[in-house]
Amino acid sequence: MAVEVRLPTVLRQHAGGRAAVIAEGGTIGEVLADLVRSYPGLKGQVLTEDGTLHKFVNVYVDDDDVRYLEQLDTKVADGDTVSILPAVAGG
Amino acid sequence: MLQLPAHVYAEIVGHCLGGLPDEACGLLGGDGVTGDVARCYPTRNLAASAKLYTVDPAEHLRADRDAESRGIEIMGVFHSHTHTDAYPSPTDVAQAPDPGWHYVLVSLRDTHPVLRSYRIYGVVVEEEPVVVGPG
Repeated sequence: MAVEVRLPTVLRQHAGGRAAVIAEGGTIGEVLADLVRSYPGLKGQVLTEDGTLHKFVNVYVDDDDVRYLEQLDTKVADGDTVSILPAVAGG
Repeated sequence: MLQLPAHVYAEIVGHCLGGLPDEACGLLGGDGVTGDVARCYPTRNLAASAKLYTVDPAEHLRADRDAESRGIEIMGVFHSHTHTDAYPSPTDVAQAPDPGWHYVLVSLRDTHPVLRSYRIYGVVVEEEPVVVGPG
């Protein structure tokens, strides 16, 4: 499966300035792994060293936050749009 | 510099007052480079706390798409401090995701709300002027 992955401004510097890139995989975990292979600068920004989703980002398949789906096991289909946005929080 | 149209300024402060006793938060749409704010996107504070805020991720995605459709971008975030100064807390600095963003703080500690804006580069916090005008 090839899906479009939309990147937030803060991560675009690691992807040649692009706002969106194409990555392959059947699940979010596979798509993010492919993304990090293509753009190693994103490693540590999206996934932790343990391979889990970084708590400072939110990842969506189309309109749905994958934390409320099956996290990294969430399936993606051709034509889906994966969006990555920073988790915005503070005190 | 952060340039806020008067209606956006009013919307930010109104949303913060409406969130009491909890902190309130929202996103800003505009041009991050020039600091021109065009729109305010009030969001829920998922933390529902007087000391913490978390922008609802679903509302963030909607705001991001709306901004893109208008040819602007999400270029900052605002939130209130209910009992402290309008200055980023250590938690705010630690969780500031983007050096390109503008971080607006609204203190509701005193009788009148105080709005200030900052850029956050790693651990370095720089206040920037805020200009409120017509628009």
